[in-house]
Amino acid sequence: MSAGSASERRRHPGLNLHESDAHPSDGEVVFGFWVFMMSDAVLFALLFAVYASLGANTAGGPGPRDVFELDPAAMETLLLLSSFTFGIASLAMKYRRGMALLQGMLATTLLLGLGFLGLEVHDFVGMEDTGALPQVSAFLSAFYVLVPTHFLHVSLGCVWIVVMMVQLRMSGLDRITRTRLLRLGLFWHFLDIVWVMIFSFVFLRGLL
Amino acid sequence: MGGDGGFRRELRDYVVGLVLALGLSGAAFALVAWAPWSARTTLGVVAALAVLQLVAHFRCFLHIDLKQSHRDDLQLILFTAAIIGLMVAGSLWIILNQNRRMM
Repeated sequence: MSAGSASERRRHPGLNLHESDAHPSDGEVVFGFWVFMMSDAVLFALLFAVYASLGANTAGGPGPRDVFELDPAAMETLLLLSSFTFGIASLAMKYRRGMALLQGMLATTLLLGLGFLGLEVHDFVGMEDTGALPQVSAFLSAFYVLVPTHFLHVSLGCVWIVVMMVQLRMSGLDRITRTRLLRLGLFWHFLDIVWVMIFSFVFLRGLL
Repeated sequence: MGGDGGFRRELRDYVVGLVLALGLSGAAFALVAWAPWSARTTLGVVAALAVLQLVAHFRCFLHIDLKQSHRDDLQLILFTAAIIGLMVAGSLWIILNQNRRMM
């Protein structure tokens, strides 16, 4: 039912490669990355706590209803569903469905990520045009810490995808590039989860 | 090795994940857009949908499930959840309580 055939042992979180393709240290390396991601999750959780405790303090400035809009948040959510396209890329790697499919899916994921970044920049610029700057109120300060932290993560994820696409062109799929793609997959899926929390507890809650 | 069976089975996991993610996000946005209930109820339902989507992403995209309960990564998730619960709930409790007292 779950990832990997029932007979193969699961060695680490995320998609597991066939035992014969995996790097011997995959288990520890991917687990180490998992530790980093969990610490990142704690970081985001605390930024959410800051936002939740300061969110009501608008200090006479614009409040959530004045600066948030539903449609852009919905569009950005669609773009970040690139977890699926990255999943197809991982499967193309594991089941050897050809470099074209793997690179194509990575490129699709990259485009969706860049689209997300573009829309967010557009949102931030729009907010600043209405005078919703970080220094205006505690609510906006907390917002500009939380959401741009996720923005930075997605930017770095995009850089990482480009690096992997170049590495795949230069050295093909070997044990090292496979392991790196596994970790990139964990990172990308994790960012998607953080976005779910952001649209639910920042945008949707603000617009209620 | 790694015949079509494995590929299709794992592909199904991702398709299920995509459908769940679309459905749950769509439901949350639709509830806020059309606002059929009071804000309080809607907030509760949106939070519940977010948790469901969190579980769906963990299950379908990160391939974490409860069957391998001896694995370190699952224990780390539980530990992280405990830390997050303590720190987030504790901060909110104290800050909101102080807010109320200073009103």
